[in-house]
Amino acid sequence: MDLNFSDAHQAFQREVVGFLAAHAHEAPRAGTGDARAWQKLLIAHGYAARNIPKEYGGFGAEPDILKSRIIAEEFARAQVSTGLGGQGISMLVPTLLEMGSEEQKLQFIGPTLRGELVWCQGYSEPDAGSDLANLRTKGVLDGNDWVVSGQKIWTSTAHLADWIFCLVRTEPDAPKHEGISFLLFSMKTPGIEIRPLVDMTGVANFNEVFFTDVRVPKHQIVGRRGEGWKVANAILRHERGSLADPNEMLSRLNALTDVMKTETVDGRRAIDDPVFRDRLMQIHGRVLAMRCNDLRLLSAAVNRTPASLAGMVVKLQGTELRHELEALAIDVMGEFGLLYAGSPQLRGAGSWQRSYMFFLGLIIGGGTSQIQKNIIAERGLGLPREPKPASV
Amino acid sequence: MEFDLSDEQAMLQDSVHRFLLDAGGLERTRAFAAKAETRATDLADGLAQLGVTGLLIGEEHGGSGLSLLDAALTAEVMGRHVAPTAFIGTAVMAPLALQRGGSRTQRDQWLPKLAAGSVTAGAAISEFTGGREGASVVRSDGRLTGRALFPVDFEADVYVVADRDGGLSLVAADAPGLTRTRLITIDVTRPTGELQFDNVEAEPLEAASPGLISDLIDAGRVMYAADTLGAAQEMLDRSVAYAAERKQFGRPIGSFQAVKHMCAEMAAALEPCRALVWYAGYALDALPAEASLTACHAKAHLSEVGTMVARTATEVHGGMGFTDLVGLHYWFKRIGFNRQMLGGPQRVREEAAKLALAQAS
Repeated sequence: MDLNFSDAHQAFQREVVGFLAAHAHEAPRAGTGDARAWQKLLIAHGYAARNIPKEYGGFGAEPDILKSRIIAEEFARAQVSTGLGGQGISMLVPTLLEMGSEEQKLQFIGPTLRGELVWCQGYSEPDAGSDLANLRTKGVLDGNDWVVSGQKIWTSTAHLADWIFCLVRTEPDAPKHEGISFLLFSMKTPGIEIRPLVDMTGVANFNEVFFTDVRVPKHQIVGRRGEGWKVANAILRHERGSLADPNEMLSRLNALTDVMKTETVDGRRAIDDPVFRDRLMQIHGRVLAMRCNDLRLLSAAVNRTPASLAGMVVKLQGTELRHELEALAIDVMGEFGLLYAGSPQLRGAGSWQRSYMFFLGLIIGGGTSQIQKNIIAERGLGLPREPKPASV
Repeated sequence: MEFDLSDEQAMLQDSVHRFLLDAGGLERTRAFAAKAETRATDLADGLAQLGVTGLLIGEEHGGSGLSLLDAALTAEVMGRHVAPTAFIGTAVMAPLALQRGGSRTQRDQWLPKLAAGSVTAGAAISEFTGGREGASVVRSDGRLTGRALFPVDFEADVYVVADRDGGLSLVAADAPGLTRTRLITIDVTRPTGELQFDNVEAEPLEAASPGLISDLIDAGRVMYAADTLGAAQEMLDRSVAYAAERKQFGRPIGSFQAVKHMCAEMAAALEPCRALVWYAGYALDALPAEASLTACHAKAHLSEVGTMVARTATEVHGGMGFTDLVGLHYWFKRIGFNRQMLGGPQRVREEAAKLALAQAS
């Protein structure tokens, strides 16, 4: 254990603080401001896409977990956006870096990082949710094209996306995990129909997507034919970590503390109410534990030592914790916590209710909490799998 | 920057683990309970030889000069084996009190004996973590009068006693006017009791201060958190082994999601606790501005997770979990003991709130 800042790291911290003092006002907040311009500025300074090679549009710095931590913490402290997110940046880019061809890296990573290319993820289907490998959308090779037909569901941002990374069954005779390929194609390709699905937050965050004879050039595949499950699992690892970022949690915790200092009940600040204080401190302790766990994971990543259980628990613990954190803010505000959607007197632009509901979505999405528990128990603790039912 | 244990730290844990295992593990604890022993001298002597009692004490006084993080890692192993022997008072709080509050003469006199294990010390400071029944100790003209409850490591030869004015004194366990009353708790692995002082001669630690008392409490809390981490991990490991082996309806109960998910919930809650304990231990050594706050969080959070694991692990074992035969209850009770000592979770979180909100505003 050594969390000391060297002189170089102290200088780096001053640099980040200085950047925030000069530029924080340019950052987009709650849907306003120019998110792409902010992203470009962050990449130029190495505060986003920091360790992605320059030739692919990143900043190209050597991995340094302490510098990454300084950036995350200082941005969280200032409650300033750490740049663009989304499935392209958080999931596809790491996967292409790991498994993409050189041409794919050059073609896709840069525009994705800059927000010029927005992606959606075509995984789940009506009959392939928790049992994802049961997917049936098929791809048949016809000349130089894959011809894709079928249906996806829970496709977040499909209506905004330029491209999709999509799991398709290309080897119908292979065992179910070995018959899937990972295709990339434009959402403007003929034969794609998008139907929005309104979720409980009142917004159509995701969609149903229908494919009818969609022609995808043969080379737009990541990995080889039938390797899609392997590629997808590499991505899910990245997604699960990114759904519960402990630094974002810290930022939200700071905002919650501010709310508790402002809201009053019978003239007394919520922060002075012993019950609310106790709930706040319970969450504080849990967030601290997840931040420490995150430091351990970063250290393990740099040293290339296996993180195993410490990594497997992040999605389960983090999404549940975030949901409870947002719930506390609503209880603190009482009836005002019910206000929503542009109402007068609205607190935090309605973000507390929205996030409270949104994180319930994330408890379910990206592998439900129950699936996470199976993974922890079977892969982490080595407990036996459920016996397969006799085939019907 | 490195957030991991060193090879030396892994070896330290391993050597203490092997020693306690060779000494009989749970069977040694059972014997301690059955015979109503007050001190497990075999364990105390062996740990002294391993250097555990002198862990924090400098080489010039016969110790090994290790860190508070190392002490926390040792406490974790103690909890894992429900070791019925003094540690947190005699090897952590008392040496710290002497090192930071004692005169040169006091350090030279006491630290070598603590390191060698020839003297065991307790710490009577619980009145600073929530006074009960009005208990309090007053120092007047170098003599102590009053009452101290639940000293850490009650079965001791000498006590470090905190008084109402924030001073610390050394008092021999057999000093005239000191009445020791053993209190029987659920946790037979760590004897406790109360001390009644009637004008008892005491040797003040000259450089003691309320700040030092706070340091002792921080360190003690991190040690209890680490002890709970070890105890809870052992309960989880035993649950996983049991669930993989025990069969019902023709298959291991661990293949049923109802049972499997209980194990996963324990692991998911407990694994981040490991990093939290490391961080809190490291903070005691290297991050003074954060040490009190992280100690509070480690103590409170481990108490909550430990309680959950203690209950769930017992349930995974079904009826056997409730029996003395399997002996899970030793860990269950140890976790329950750790939860209340030096402040229960609500008390500790209130202290955390004061610290966190003072820092934030």
